[in-house]
Amino acid sequence: MDSDSVFGAIVRAPEDPILGVTVAYNKDPSPNKLNLGVGAYRTEEGKPVVLSVVRKAEQLLVNDQSQIKEYLPIVGLADFNKLSAKLIFGADSPAIQQNRVVTVQCLSGTGSLRVGAEFLARHYHELTIYIPQPTWGNHPKIFTLAGLSVKTYRYYDPATRGLNFQGLLEDLGAAPSGAIVLLHACAHNPTGVDPTLEQWEQIRQLMRSKGLLPFFDSAYQGFASGSLDADAQSVRTFVADGGECLVAQSYAKNMGLYGERVGALSIVCKTEDVASRVESQLKLVIRPMYSNPPIHGASIVATILKDSNMYNEWTVELKAMADRIISMRQQLYDALSAKGTPGDWSHIIKQIGMFTFTGLNSEQVAFMTKEYHIYMTSDGRISMAGLSSKTVPHLTDAIHAAVTRFG
Amino acid sequence: MAVRNSMLNRLLSRSSDLGVARWMSSSSSSSWWKSVEPAPKDPILGVTEAFLADPSPDKVNVGVGAYRDDNGKPVVLDCVREAERRIAGSSFMEYLPMGGSVKMVEETLKLAYGENSELIKDKRIAAVQSLSGTGACRLFADFQKRFHPDSQIYIPVPTWANHHNIWRDAHVPQRTYHYYHPETKGLDFAGLMDDIKNAPNGSFFLLHACAHNPTGVDPSEEQWKEISYQFKVKGHFPFFDMAYQGFASGDPERDAKAIRIFLEDGHLFGIAQSYAKNMGLYGQRVGCLSVLCEDEKQAVAVKSQLQQLARPMYSNPPLHGALIVSTILGDADLKNLWLKEVKVMADRIIGMRTALQENLEKLRSPLSWEHITNQIGMFCYSGMTPEQVDRLTNEFHIYLTRNGRISMAGVTTGNVGYLANAIHEVTKSA
Repeated sequence: MDSDSVFGAIVRAPEDPILGVTVAYNKDPSPNKLNLGVGAYRTEEGKPVVLSVVRKAEQLLVNDQSQIKEYLPIVGLADFNKLSAKLIFGADSPAIQQNRVVTVQCLSGTGSLRVGAEFLARHYHELTIYIPQPTWGNHPKIFTLAGLSVKTYRYYDPATRGLNFQGLLEDLGAAPSGAIVLLHACAHNPTGVDPTLEQWEQIRQLMRSKGLLPFFDSAYQGFASGSLDADAQSVRTFVADGGECLVAQSYAKNMGLYGERVGALSIVCKTEDVASRVESQLKLVIRPMYSNPPIHGASIVATILKDSNMYNEWTVELKAMADRIISMRQQLYDALSAKGTPGDWSHIIKQIGMFTFTGLNSEQVAFMTKEYHIYMTSDGRISMAGLSSKTVPHLTDAIHAAVTRFG
Repeated sequence: MAVRNSMLNRLLSRSSDLGVARWMSSSSSSSWWKSVEPAPKDPILGVTEAFLADPSPDKVNVGVGAYRDDNGKPVVLDCVREAERRIAGSSFMEYLPMGGSVKMVEETLKLAYGENSELIKDKRIAAVQSLSGTGACRLFADFQKRFHPDSQIYIPVPTWANHHNIWRDAHVPQRTYHYYHPETKGLDFAGLMDDIKNAPNGSFFLLHACAHNPTGVDPSEEQWKEISYQFKVKGHFPFFDMAYQGFASGDPERDAKAIRIFLEDGHLFGIAQSYAKNMGLYGQRVGCLSVLCEDEKQAVAVKSQLQQLARPMYSNPPLHGALIVSTILGDADLKNLWLKEVKVMADRIIGMRTALQENLEKLRSPLSWEHITNQIGMFCYSGMTPEQVDRLTNEFHIYLTRNGRISMAGVTTGNVGYLANAIHEVTKSA
């Protein structure tokens, strides 16, 4: 006679709003369906891509018989950590030269954010994190589960489909001293709206004056503008003032290593001694979570970053991806303009990175899914990476129909 | 712009008025992390660090539980090399679902629940790919906390040190139960049964399915049956940590005996499985968490909740290790090769146990060393004290954890004599 389950009362959790889009897309039998949901890069042919330089690195690794795949240290692959820090902070960063940066390999951006948040919840004195409104759907859960209290600051302005800079400054200005502030380093997800360099400078000054702690989420370095250095500017100006910050890096998009879960958490500290103590405490967060990080993806990254030819190859392939997305923005904007679709669609070319916050409401989105088999998150976010020249007309028709029907 | 600048100035001056710490000049500020204490070194992983730093040519590492061949070298299994060869260049590296690779999970469940398990066919098992054994235990601990917030976890004494950290970080209070009997260097069965009976009904228990870490002491089949029976009487929840299936006896079916017994008795339990040791996939972090449910509907609900816990931790699990596992287990020839290679590893360890015990007996040690061959799996709980362990390290450059746990995987025909000698030296006047 079987036992009753102690978990018998558990109800089924709702689908993850982002990953659930692909689930729904996969179920749709329509030949015209278009997946503009999850942010994974697609080629003009709508296919996923593995960068040539990644394939090269893969082959090098599999052919290297001496490669042993035992446990990495808790903090991950040492080469990978050093190279990742150089990538985001700049090879000549004084913070690195002064050994003030601790970098630990984590499971992509999500894992880096979670480990950083857990560390803060244990060791920081102000357990509130301010996140932009809106932000990636997974951010609030990560911070809440880590033990932080989550508040928001104004960010997106629906009226302009741009940055609500006034609101941002007011909200951060009103935050308690020492509060943590989540900043998207570039290519804000989901809106694609980034502060200008001048605005970043004002944000920096305000935050430093109030002792607000910056926690950068850098998921798109190189992917936004096509330049790794340009996309790291926001982070670097903060580090240049000598202050402290946290940075979560992901290689999911910019190296196409999505499923291998490769990322890094860096904490820039005031002194080398502090950095060393912080590293030891980060280990205590990681060990009871998964002991040590996965070796494969980090090995690929390290192989590429340490070889100057492969590194250069990577920058070229990365720029090509960024350029294709920028071109898709232009094509979609041109198509909507040509069709005379009501409204100002210039935000499509002003926004940057993988996503466009179309400004479509959930009713319009639902209509587009039902009638045109176009899949996106209900907040109107579309992944430009999922578009191609061939599918731009279909999307244009759908947007046009939705806006004229429910405008 | 002028408006914004003046607003910024107002904000800055307001915060001045409040007397809040300034950040305008970096040199005057101090670190937020000044008061962060240096954390103690991980007792297990710290051993290897110390070993690596030792320049002595005689040094022996019998610390961390990673398999070594008879030359003391780490091993990548042939079946793994072949799988990696097939995988390279073939995968798109896209995100796995939150629950991981469906194929890998299915093959993994067969190992634990039986090749033709009705439970798998009936879809009664909620299962997700996890970050090896650690990740599976942590996901379960978080799940336990979320849905049974007032529950505790009963943990054997001793256990793998990280078990305590995992349930602590999940905020689940811990109790212990008797397990190891220092006098016999075997199982404290009476103490174990007492603790099972005395625990409140419906308690959560952590059980090592086979090759108990760190002691190598496992209940016999008869003892498992009694444990299972008592669990039924008390309505306890069994959570199995199975990190060594195949590695203990050389036969994965045999090593799953405890689980089979609990299945026969109709328990609904959870299992953490790891491929770190039995496939040598340590660094790939590949494993599986499963929770046996009453029916398919419940399994769907439980799986969805497990995914809710994984999403804010790492979103979805790493692909490469999962591809290796499903390539091997999904191909009859590769699977057979794997089973052969697992047996070779297990047999070598069993051989080293015999050799170590014989060496100590030859040296006329005054102590009994039968426990070396009575115990099973990667580890031998030697019974040595921390002081004796320190002497082994300081005088003989032999590295092991201070609880006297020897990783038999680090013992070779080349070093077993030296090791026996050293152990004899530090224990002969005990």
